Amino acid sequence: MEAVHHLDHGHEHHPAGIMRWVTTTNHKDIGTLYLWFSFAMFMVGGVMALVIRAELFQPGLQIVQPEFFNQMTTLHGLIMVFGAIMPAFVGFANWQIPMMIGAPDMAFPRMNNWSFWLLPPAALLLVISLFVPGGAAAAGWTLYPPLTVQMGMGMDLTIFAVHILGMSSIMGSINIVTTVLNLRAPGMTLMKMPLFVWTWLITAYLLIAVMPVLAGAVTMTLTDRHFGTHFFNAAGGGDPVLFQHIFWFFGHPEVYIIILPGFGVVSQIIPAFSRKPLFGYASMVYATASIAILSFIVWAHHMYTVGMPVAGQLFFMFATMLIAVPTGVKVFNWLATMWKGSLTFEAPMLFALGFIFLFTTGGLTGIVLSIVPLDVQVHDTYYVVAHFHYTMVAGALFSAFGAVYFWLPKWTGKMYDEKLGKLHFWLSFIFFNLTFFVQHFLGLAGMPRRIPDYALQFAEFNAISSVGAFGFGLTQLLFFYIVLKCIRSGEKAPARPWEGADTLEWTLPSPAPYHSFETPPVVK
Amino acid sequence: MYKGLRRSVALLFTVMGGAAHGAYQLNLQEQQTRIGQDIFDLHTLILAIVAVIFVGVMGVMLYSIVNHRKTAGRQAVQFHENTTVEIIWTIIPFIILVAMAFPAAKTLLAMRDASHPDLTIKATGYQWKWGYDYLQDGVSFYSNLSTPRGQIENKDPKGEHYLLEVDNPIVVPTGKKIRILITANDVLHAWYVPALAVKQDAIPGFIREAWFKVERPGTFRGQCAELCGKDHGFMPIVVEAVEPEKYAQWVAEQKKKQAAAQLDPNKTFTLDELKAHGEKVYAQNCVACHQANGAGIPGAFPGLAGSKLVKGPKEAHIGIVINGKAGTAMAPFGKQLSDVDLAAVVTYERNAWGNNTGDLVQPGEIKALRK
Repeated sequence: MEAVHHLDHGHEHHPAGIMRWVTTTNHKDIGTLYLWFSFAMFMVGGVMALVIRAELFQPGLQIVQPEFFNQMTTLHGLIMVFGAIMPAFVGFANWQIPMMIGAPDMAFPRMNNWSFWLLPPAALLLVISLFVPGGAAAAGWTLYPPLTVQMGMGMDLTIFAVHILGMSSIMGSINIVTTVLNLRAPGMTLMKMPLFVWTWLITAYLLIAVMPVLAGAVTMTLTDRHFGTHFFNAAGGGDPVLFQHIFWFFGHPEVYIIILPGFGVVSQIIPAFSRKPLFGYASMVYATASIAILSFIVWAHHMYTVGMPVAGQLFFMFATMLIAVPTGVKVFNWLATMWKGSLTFEAPMLFALGFIFLFTTGGLTGIVLSIVPLDVQVHDTYYVVAHFHYTMVAGALFSAFGAVYFWLPKWTGKMYDEKLGKLHFWLSFIFFNLTFFVQHFLGLAGMPRRIPDYALQFAEFNAISSVGAFGFGLTQLLFFYIVLKCIRSGEKAPARPWEGADTLEWTLPSPAPYHSFETPPVVK
Repeated sequence: MYKGLRRSVALLFTVMGGAAHGAYQLNLQEQQTRIGQDIFDLHTLILAIVAVIFVGVMGVMLYSIVNHRKTAGRQAVQFHENTTVEIIWTIIPFIILVAMAFPAAKTLLAMRDASHPDLTIKATGYQWKWGYDYLQDGVSFYSNLSTPRGQIENKDPKGEHYLLEVDNPIVVPTGKKIRILITANDVLHAWYVPALAVKQDAIPGFIREAWFKVERPGTFRGQCAELCGKDHGFMPIVVEAVEPEKYAQWVAEQKKKQAAAQLDPNKTFTLDELKAHGEKVYAQNCVACHQANGAGIPGAFPGLAGSKLVKGPKEAHIGIVINGKAGTAMAPFGKQLSDVDLAAVVTYERNAWGNNTGDLVQPGEIKALRK
């Protein structure tokens, strides 16, 4: 607080203490709020994952009953996607976008405050739903009807939470789009923006396009539950599969919403630690845009087994395979950036390299999954669970860790403990693979997902996976310690702690002043 | 710390070695159908291609990591654009994908051709069991998990086919094209037998199809693959493929058994007869939610022991069993169970777990209440 107060010369009218955070309209404060909120949710969702893995450690029911197990899988998914990963990247956007484009703050500071403060009540609704009669929603994070119609009031709380989270995301996105399009420093043309800003601009458009679609789907579920409509009830002329189409029309762009800002982070880190400019900047921008556009025409690859016409399967198979092209371009560009560079391997770079390694694995299993006859074999099995954790945990989460280590010196004005940061990477990397790599085998052998108990031939790999999961979970406490240690007793950081970092935020002192650029810098 | 790490790795190997008699299966199950073998081969092909790509890409990264490091005294070379290279690595992946798409599409088209079946069986997903109707041969039955509760609750040692065993397996002849029409009664399910390369969602109100043709006799096990509520993990599928002659025998036996099991709906039963039959019906249809002790699961599934509805007027009790309760997991059992079964289970519920109403429901009363 002392440090903050010191920086606040001329802003003495700010409330102090808790009211500072409740009423803040400052992009850095709001970014901090987003990041801590995200970390808290990451812990809550992580504990749920550990409940799941503990139950699956051995065959038989030991720790929880099936109905509670289903609540855990559902809430784990919803909380990690909407509570942990998305807010983390909005937090990075809040902190970094104004600094990277030379703006003083976000375009709509009050709306920024509101879009954050919608999150805690939504998260609270999800957590409270565990304690209402019938417990939390237990239909999976995909919320497929007609199972959702059987749920207790926990389902209604979930629907309400999804509505609120959607509003928050849309407001956040409008803010980002407006900021990026209007508040760039003189000379900062679109094609000079750092790639992190580009990926967020595209992500924000995706969010504005698809969050209302999800809101529609859950609203129809709500009216089916309580107001006698039959959108998803065949007996009333509806169709349960309609929900899946609507959900995945949201859901597939959603997975790119989660990963694109991660691409952006990696595209900042790799050049900085290669001491070379990003290779193929323009093609990176076009690849990101192509991925975003393609994401709207591949949704039914999540539904190959619903029994769609074979022409539909062929279309969605070919469209899905196409996504490998721009994604491949991105990976090749990162490698070309490293090629003949002068590489060092601080924690952010380690996480970025880990990201490339693991995300490529997830991308390649994605190609296997895009092929209908193969997907039919492994759909709704642990193969899919392994695939999306390789892309979401190793993709989004690793890039988020990379981002934190990369920008922490700028945010706090202090350096984190490099040794511990590296240890955090290696432990995360090893335990992540221990947890999820073996799940490929489980899926190929035929173990369905979302089951609380399993046949004996799946026992060994499940035990290994559970050991890995606990290791991964505990490792994240180390991350918490590293961040706290950095804030409390880190060494003073210079304005530009990374030799190869050349975006605008590094021209500001560390920690960055409360208002980033009161006079816009001129970009040549 | 290094020592500690080494010790935990050693421990891990001991754990793995101790369980080495387990399966550790790394690949798809051995396929029993022609299409399944095609899919298996397709998977091997695709996996090989992506493995080569993976090794290539990671090889380049590793080369950079080793050779282009600052500590090796490298100065960064400041190139950052090359349109030719960009075009090349856009086109080459595209060509590889097209090469993959051809065999994939071919297998897909073969897989989806369910025309001209020799035998058609309707599979219906229920919470939580499968029902089968042999449309040509007139055989119908339900297939429930047969793993005893004690094994699931770790009171008894687990059997070889733990959770993958049923009371009535589905029996099919070898060498015939079997078409499965798949639907559901309540929520989504999915009919999934890995060794037969079949997975098809079961959707209430719609009928989907899948097919397989088994060449050799054998028993193949699978389970529901779409989350369907509490006992999603406990509704396996067992397919027994037998020679056509044996299949014909089985059909004849089933028909005889069905006729014998048909309790005369016009008979007047005694309380004990109904209670004894009702307990069996209860164990197959009701126990998953309402539990063996009738206590239900608080908050999720209501208890029947001491329930006002069960101890109240018969008609209301029978009504909810026949028609179900909208918006809950209580299914309308009127469609699934016979008059005798319904009479028996209602009688059982009204006289079990201290609900000593002494009430007796005859099949005739059920018939009168059905509309």
